[in-house]
Amino acid sequence: MTWVNAIVQGMLLGGIFAMAAAGLSLIFGVMRIANLAHGDLMILGGYVASVAAAHYGVPVPLTVLVSMTAVGALGYLVQRSMLDRAMGLGELAPMLVTFGISLIIPNVLVQVFSNDAQPLSTGSLGTASIDLGGGLAVGWFPLITVAAAVAVLTALHLFLHRTQPGRIVRATADDRTTVRLMGVDNRRVYALTSVIAFATVALAGSLYTMRQGGVTPYEGQLTVLFAFETVIIGGLGSLWGTLAGGMVLGIAQSVGAQISPDLPLLAGHLVFLLILVFRPQGLFGRSVLA
Amino acid sequence: MTVQTAPAPEATALPAVHRGGRATALGLTGTAVVLLAMAALPYLVASDVTAQLVKLCYLVALASMWNLLTGYAGMMSMGQQAFIGLGAYLLFVVNDHGLNVYMGTLVVSALVALVAWPMSYLAFRLRGGYFAVGTWVIAEVVRLIVVRFDSLGAASGRSLSDVTADPVLRRAYTYWLALVVMAAAVLGTYAVLRSRLGLALQAIRDDDTAAGSLGVNVTRGKRIIYVTAAAGCAAAGAVICVNSLGVASPNQIFGVQYSALMVFMVVIGGIGTVEGPVVGAVAYFLLDKYFAQSGVWYLVVVGAAAIVVSLYLPRGLWGTLAHRTGFAVFPVRHTVRL
Repeated sequence: MTWVNAIVQGMLLGGIFAMAAAGLSLIFGVMRIANLAHGDLMILGGYVASVAAAHYGVPVPLTVLVSMTAVGALGYLVQRSMLDRAMGLGELAPMLVTFGISLIIPNVLVQVFSNDAQPLSTGSLGTASIDLGGGLAVGWFPLITVAAAVAVLTALHLFLHRTQPGRIVRATADDRTTVRLMGVDNRRVYALTSVIAFATVALAGSLYTMRQGGVTPYEGQLTVLFAFETVIIGGLGSLWGTLAGGMVLGIAQSVGAQISPDLPLLAGHLVFLLILVFRPQGLFGRSVLA
Repeated sequence: MTVQTAPAPEATALPAVHRGGRATALGLTGTAVVLLAMAALPYLVASDVTAQLVKLCYLVALASMWNLLTGYAGMMSMGQQAFIGLGAYLLFVVNDHGLNVYMGTLVVSALVALVAWPMSYLAFRLRGGYFAVGTWVIAEVVRLIVVRFDSLGAASGRSLSDVTADPVLRRAYTYWLALVVMAAAVLGTYAVLRSRLGLALQAIRDDDTAAGSLGVNVTRGKRIIYVTAAAGCAAAGAVICVNSLGVASPNQIFGVQYSALMVFMVVIGGIGTVEGPVVGAVAYFLLDKYFAQSGVWYLVVVGAAAIVVSLYLPRGLWGTLAHRTGFAVFPVRHTVRL
């Protein structure tokens, strides 16, 4: 039963990974930028939520919205002031810019908030759980995060496939020159994409922080790997693949933890490498083969 | 009706193709003089000066290797710390088996090249930013496996068992080792780039599809560079280990901050030039020497500088200078003079 439990807990953990990975996948799909700062933006989202609750008395559920707004606005600024310019300079420049951001965020956080964990408690919700019988219990909060992940991915899917702006985003991803000929300013599409991606990663970061009960500045170095692994396991360009990728990674980590407490990271990475060897296009996606 | 006459044939002198020039001869002589002067330093100055230069030497070596990977073969790696760490840790292994640390450094880089070869098959499944993160994951896996060996100090690092006893001699030897590693990295890069492989690499960097269609074996070229850069980083890792007589913690030697350093040095100095990483390493060395005590803010400055330079000075310090003046100490490109 402990194994079933490990798998269930892993799936619940996977929801967060999937949410974090969705924005990464979106930015890469539309702008061909691999956002190396994605993990740190997630942690920044957690910090914004936690500071809003601790210092400004914002009710915990609303901190999520504060965080999404603040980090989403940052996404707009970063896109307009840096990434637009970088994209004109070749393939490497955008990566270097996001890399620079990934160096700035955690070190500013350390300077302002120290190395100690910044707490964010969800109170009784954090410990409440549903007993499924047979020693199996599912926490309410992890369940909410999975529901949120499904909701985010569904909303993204509907936005991209059922709305006019969504169609324009997809068209820009396919061929930005032609889109410009149709009278669309591709930079505005990029800005919109970045805002959505940054806001979703802030949501993921806030929920991650609530789930952990707190957050520390350098955790972005771990979460960026989880997000990229999720995208690659699930397969590029497939939102549902992203959900599956998050679950696979989550299960690998929690089953690894079940075997030995020092194994979860290694188990997750090894599953990722195995997927890379045997199914490089990911579980559901198009190929990213060189 | 007019009769068109064929234009008179132009003067038939063939355009002269050449590489370098007088400035280059000066530059190479200068390099030789600098290296010789640096080699003589242990006889001339106090050992704390050379101790600091050890750091500069391995920084130059690391930057050159990252430049070879990214600037010439188009592979942005965030995982070179895998090889830095392996270099340091394998040095423990060969040192425990009785090999001195100086010869050990050579052996270790060969061993790491052997390890990097199969790893490249894994890493090459990805490209672009995904390659960057893939190499980072591989580095994490290497770290997580290394810390499972108790004989290597597990999670708490360890010290070298057999080093030169006399501190003055040890410092001098360490410095010379670092100097050799640096010279090998820079001059080795230059030699590779002047070869046929170097030409292929630059074609790959500019457009790998086009290079492939012209008959360049893209994957082979990339693989050779990946393995070479791994060996170079392992040598630098061994130097770091010798310099501090061991490894303080696996998290430090396998830390992603080494990748951050390499990115910074190469971008500031000038990516895709042989001289750029050297300039960048000197810049970082000075920055580190004078501002490291200002704590974390200084890393923020490093990050901001990387952004500003890649946006507004994409050629870097040396690259901009070389582009304006056409000067190169290590000329790689051919110039046609009509």
